[in-house]
Amino acid sequence: MTDIKVIGILGAGRVGTALARRALAAGYEVRIASARAPSEIALMMDFVAPGAVPATTEQVIAESDMVLLALPLSKYRSLRPEAFAGKIAVDAMNYWPQTDGVLPEFEGAPVSSEVVADHLAGARLLRAFNHLGYHELDAEARPAGDPGRRALAIAGDDAAARADLAVVIDRMGFDPVDAGPLAQARAFAIGTPLFGAPLGRVEMQEALAGQQAA
Amino acid sequence: MELGVYSFGDVQRDTDGALGSTAQAQRNLLEAIRLADEVGLDYFGIGEHHTHEMPASAATVVLGAAASVTKNIILGSAVTVLSTDDPVRVYQQFATLDALSNGRAEITAGRGSSTESFPLFGHSLNDYDDLYAEKLDLLLKLNETPRITWEGRFRPALDDALVVPRPDRGHLPIWLATGGNPNSTVRAAVAGLPISYAIIGGPAERFGPLADLYRRAVEQVAHPNAQTRISVASPGFVGNDAQAAKDLWWKHYHEAFRALGEIRGFPAPQRAGFDRDANGGGALFVGSPEEIAERIVALHGVMGHDRHFFQMDLGQLPQKDFLGAIELLGTKVKPLVDAALAEKAPTSETV
Repeated sequence: MTDIKVIGILGAGRVGTALARRALAAGYEVRIASARAPSEIALMMDFVAPGAVPATTEQVIAESDMVLLALPLSKYRSLRPEAFAGKIAVDAMNYWPQTDGVLPEFEGAPVSSEVVADHLAGARLLRAFNHLGYHELDAEARPAGDPGRRALAIAGDDAAARADLAVVIDRMGFDPVDAGPLAQARAFAIGTPLFGAPLGRVEMQEALAGQQAA
Repeated sequence: MELGVYSFGDVQRDTDGALGSTAQAQRNLLEAIRLADEVGLDYFGIGEHHTHEMPASAATVVLGAAASVTKNIILGSAVTVLSTDDPVRVYQQFATLDALSNGRAEITAGRGSSTESFPLFGHSLNDYDDLYAEKLDLLLKLNETPRITWEGRFRPALDDALVVPRPDRGHLPIWLATGGNPNSTVRAAVAGLPISYAIIGGPAERFGPLADLYRRAVEQVAHPNAQTRISVASPGFVGNDAQAAKDLWWKHYHEAFRALGEIRGFPAPQRAGFDRDANGGGALFVGSPEEIAERIVALHGVMGHDRHFFQMDLGQLPQKDFLGAIELLGTKVKPLVDAALAEKAPTSETV
């Protein structure tokens, strides 16, 4: 079990800033980088995620215990795999050809995270946060035990990394559900009944079991 | 506070349940704009789409017709999908609309929420960001000067080209539309443009920090010609009875997003989520005139916006219900909002 203290976020758009707010609310230190220079996103952070520290991409990766990927998906190629060696990286991205354009390597890939995992070969890659809307990250967070608390699925081949992310997701205000290895992320990919569905922990576990059996 | 309506020109079902034609949808739109002007609403925007369900593909033609049958209402796009259009043509059309309406035309530029126009006009989604950046740059330059020399990737170069007509008032208002990406807020502020936030789901108040960011960024940049205005576009519907309005509109909202979800791979909306967003501080402004007025005023307390306009005709809403909601927005909601904001404003500002 790693003691996660610093969460790094790559991407300062709607998803990245929403994740930053949740991580800050959960009591983590947050570093954030985007395509702009840190000085350029500092003002933005003062308003939309006060407390998040702007940094370069390299700094964010090096200084964080866990890195959340919230970039436009096509930018994943710009990430240097060496920088992620041994690092927990959480892919919160989705492939939407309607807005990203057609990216050939994702056409026919069951889950976009498997392509990202191939690129970041040394990372302990997980997939999470992808099956709910970015605005729901703010709106749907609830304290532990709240009957309306929503579940978030975690998939990835590294069980210890999944357990570390489960702690983070719980502190962010959601019930973590371990979906198992990365290939199991197919069960909550775009177009599945789980995608976008507001499910609690038990419902999510049952739905995952149903999907995986199918 | 300006209030108004925006529409994608939905095809509508008549009382027998038959689906209207895409041509009828254009005439319905014109009727709606005319009524909106009559009942004192400030703004009507048409959003560019190219589908059978939402066939408002040529907004300026409808707005031009509206110019001749309305007196005061501002006529705009919500939004012009600038990425796949020619900025020269967009500017000429809106400048013509401005001339015919005696200064009531506005452009709202955006990327748009759907992408049918990319294959239709021969553009690649892989150029999504670059197309938008280049075309916005050209559109803004056209607004500054009648003669232009310009070069870019996606359209032939312009060498001291004349672009007419010119607006009598010098410039057209050009708004930048955003769905809440903070980078877009900064982009609008840096360019000195008014900003239009599309708030279509979740708690509306989460846009408060973005409005604050916009104002602060405008201050820091101190653009010489900055027009710092904020508008909000959100789905909404007004009926005399709050519950009946929510029940009626839910059917159409469900139909619209069920159909969209089939295309984009997300599930049909559920009533519980709708009710959460349609009550309290959510993004769906559906209810009685009193309730909607209160919610607009509450959001104004957080965002300080200057204009709020609503997409009412979703999911084949019958025209009579669309017109009824427009009438209530003008005759009931608007006076309530005006009165509440006058009460809240410090005396010095109301004099």
